[in-house]
Amino acid sequence: MKRKSALAAAATAALALVLSACGGGGGGTTQPAQSASGAAAQPVANAALTEVFNPSTKKGGTLKAAHSADWDSLDPGDTYYGYSFNFGRFYWRTLTMYKPGPGPDGNTVIPDLAESLGEPSDEGKTWTYKIKPGLKYEDGTPIGAKDVAYAVARTFDKETFPHGPSYLNELLDWPKDFKGVYKTPDVDYKSAVEATDDTTVVFHLKKPFASMDYIVQMPMTAPVPKDKDTGAKYREKIISSGPYKFETNEIGKKFALVRNDQWDPATDPNRPALPDRIEVQLNVNADDLDNQLISGDIHLDIPGTGLQPAALGKVLPDPALKARTDNPTIPRLWYISVIPDNPPLDNVDCRKAVMYAADRVANQTAYGGEVAGGEIATNVMPPPIVGQEKFDTYPSEGNKGDTTKAKEALTACGQPNGFSTTMTFRADRPREKALAEAMEQALSKVGIKLTLKGFPASSYFSDYAGNTAYVKKNGIGLATHGWGSDWPDGYGFMQAIVDSRTIRDAGNYNLSVKSDKVDGLIDQASGELDTTARNKLWVDVDKAVMEDASLLPVVWAKALLLRGQGVTNVAYNEGQSMYDYIMLGVE
Amino acid sequence: MLIVISMVTFGIFFVVPQWAGSTPEALASRYVGRAATPETVHLVAERLGFNDPIVVQYGRFLKGIFVGAEYDYGAGVEQCPAPCLGYSFISGQPVWPDLLDRMPVTFSLAIGAALLWVVFGVSVGVLSALRRGSFFDRLSMGTALAGVSLPIFFTGMVSLVVFSYGLGWTPPGGAWTDLTENPAQWAYNLLLPWITLAFLFAATYARLTRAGMLETMGEDYIRTARAKGLREREVVVKHGLRAALTPILTLFGIDFGLLIGGAILTETTYTLPGLGQFAILAIRNQDLPQVMGVVLFAAGFVVVASFVVDLLYAVVDPRVRLS
Repeated sequence: MKRKSALAAAATAALALVLSACGGGGGGTTQPAQSASGAAAQPVANAALTEVFNPSTKKGGTLKAAHSADWDSLDPGDTYYGYSFNFGRFYWRTLTMYKPGPGPDGNTVIPDLAESLGEPSDEGKTWTYKIKPGLKYEDGTPIGAKDVAYAVARTFDKETFPHGPSYLNELLDWPKDFKGVYKTPDVDYKSAVEATDDTTVVFHLKKPFASMDYIVQMPMTAPVPKDKDTGAKYREKIISSGPYKFETNEIGKKFALVRNDQWDPATDPNRPALPDRIEVQLNVNADDLDNQLISGDIHLDIPGTGLQPAALGKVLPDPALKARTDNPTIPRLWYISVIPDNPPLDNVDCRKAVMYAADRVANQTAYGGEVAGGEIATNVMPPPIVGQEKFDTYPSEGNKGDTTKAKEALTACGQPNGFSTTMTFRADRPREKALAEAMEQALSKVGIKLTLKGFPASSYFSDYAGNTAYVKKNGIGLATHGWGSDWPDGYGFMQAIVDSRTIRDAGNYNLSVKSDKVDGLIDQASGELDTTARNKLWVDVDKAVMEDASLLPVVWAKALLLRGQGVTNVAYNEGQSMYDYIMLGVE
Repeated sequence: MLIVISMVTFGIFFVVPQWAGSTPEALASRYVGRAATPETVHLVAERLGFNDPIVVQYGRFLKGIFVGAEYDYGAGVEQCPAPCLGYSFISGQPVWPDLLDRMPVTFSLAIGAALLWVVFGVSVGVLSALRRGSFFDRLSMGTALAGVSLPIFFTGMVSLVVFSYGLGWTPPGGAWTDLTENPAQWAYNLLLPWITLAFLFAATYARLTRAGMLETMGEDYIRTARAKGLREREVVVKHGLRAALTPILTLFGIDFGLLIGGAILTETTYTLPGLGQFAILAIRNQDLPQVMGVVLFAAGFVVVASFVVDLLYAVVDPRVRLS
């Protein structure tokens, strides 16, 4: 009888739950918004690319955001994702920043903590920044130049902060015995960065470098109070210098930001700080995230890389949903490395045969076409990069490939009947698989036979296509890759993927471009202080890479972004390559 | 058994890649930011101990479990008391507290769903067996077939699109409230995952119960029970169902133990921050300490659940008695 009673009770409980769900309507949980637009602006496709969509100065409300993965780190000294640089400006301030707002102006660097842009001296080997007075952390303590210098110095310790960019480790003139602020706390690092007084930060570089204003907009220059620094654990309790501070932070799950009452808007004309509260949920199922964005349950997709394929099929055919989209070309290139480590691809003419034989239209289709994939790339630098020039070293009719010239190149390299090689791709990325198949088909027309090998994305760079030993040993000739700029100039986009001196044992994005000519031009360009001359030199780098035929550009990526329902002040910022998060508000 | 499982998991992550030619630096390059310098990769390899012999690395892991470990976070050293399953290679967070923190989510999901699938699955199975060949039997077994056949990432997404984003009856994915905070909200948030998960399992239990009942109801002792004049309900429940329950109990022990170890697809589909989501993220990030932790945790639950089921045999089946 007891068991029967238990079963009956369980059945009753289950039934009660079902009935309460049907009739109750949610027990306090927010219902999916049917229409949150109200009197808001009428949605128009691409409206946020050139102007602010649904402009507003109204403060209040909660901005709800979600991320389909986890943050690498919320610590400004240990993060290296575009979305993190963009979002982090809610709770940190850096010496400079991208000008908020839409259009090409978003590529302009303007002062943030600093009063003005950097003052170069010693032919670009020394850069000086004066910071504004009256700046405070969330606990009310003043922010001084020494906090910025300390923040930069702490990021030197890559054992503690392995995720962040290494630019300042490489560029600054660090003392030989300096191992970081924790391991060698007594070593003076003023030969690299110093606070000469309360408001002056001076950077000392090993060699002239022109793009310093871009470098210091990165979060390595966000101030960190030395007495509150807890090393790798700082990510758990960050001291804010921006308009919001952390209320909760459950690593790997969610966090919430609330207003920082110590932030003074008089020192910060660039952040409207509209919402009262910002909630971020992490590790949300990517397809479900898109559904929530469509329905209005969340306002913002944090990664900002665009809709998933499942949602594209729903959004593109629906005029109402399509009107909520923006389709910018982003500073990202999908490309194929043509690796010269093994014969016959060590011969430039054999590499040129690959360039000519590739069917660019088929490659673009493999990447999802013009809207979801991107524009056919004819050279390395994408259009949003400042100073970019479009040119075509290997033209063909209709971009379908030129088999005649490909065969001529094969003859010139002593392989008139073609050759065989292996192409790698990330097996869990359908677009890369499709690209490999398109290449296999196109190259077979001139006798180049590809063996396709797919590998998991998580170990693609560490163990396979980015591993020098593996590539050499296994005769890998072609490998799919992608790269997005760290900042929108030639150095920010190209240095990491075409400078042969960055190649290491594993984890490489570039194993193919190994040209002394390219390296020499990079050195010239990075030290040139005149903007026009510098931009021209980066175009020369681009041309030299294409002449080397060691990198086959596929598409300059486009993203299909969806504006959240009920979100105000939406603008696509070219510097951030996504919506400008610090501008956003909610209706 | 747990030691063997830990050795196998450790081997998959460290020994197999080395057979494939991977170096400590190659392993370490998974845990650094993009375009990290060789110095950074080398430092991380040192920090994570990849340069040490495999035996030393495995011994360090075991030592952490039994006597604890230390974690250098730059600005200081943190003590990780036993059982210390190590620190995540990615987040630097200790694994053990994270597992404990996520356990209530998975327990909530598993217990609620188990209740539903046992009640509905067994009830439907019994009724189908008693009304063999009827419309109810055909309908319920057809539905059960659908339940077994449809993967949860499909039924889960469809249920969210229909009930959450379409009709607005249930909360969106990711909704989770602790039981102690608000019991009604807790149940409401879990309702859809419970039903979806129960739909999958109830189907198996219904079919298994039906088969078992059909077999036992044809036994001689059932005829004897009826001949003695027992009421039909007593014959069915006390004599028929009780005997048919033994294989169901065995299956339940394994299913429930596995589920406690992490309902991976359900938690991923509904974005529930439980052990299943933890497991999938750990695998995706190749975060060995997290993978080891969740594997051992899950294996431990399967062992415990199997043990409990063994004890329950004695209660359910009079032929089994502990000596």
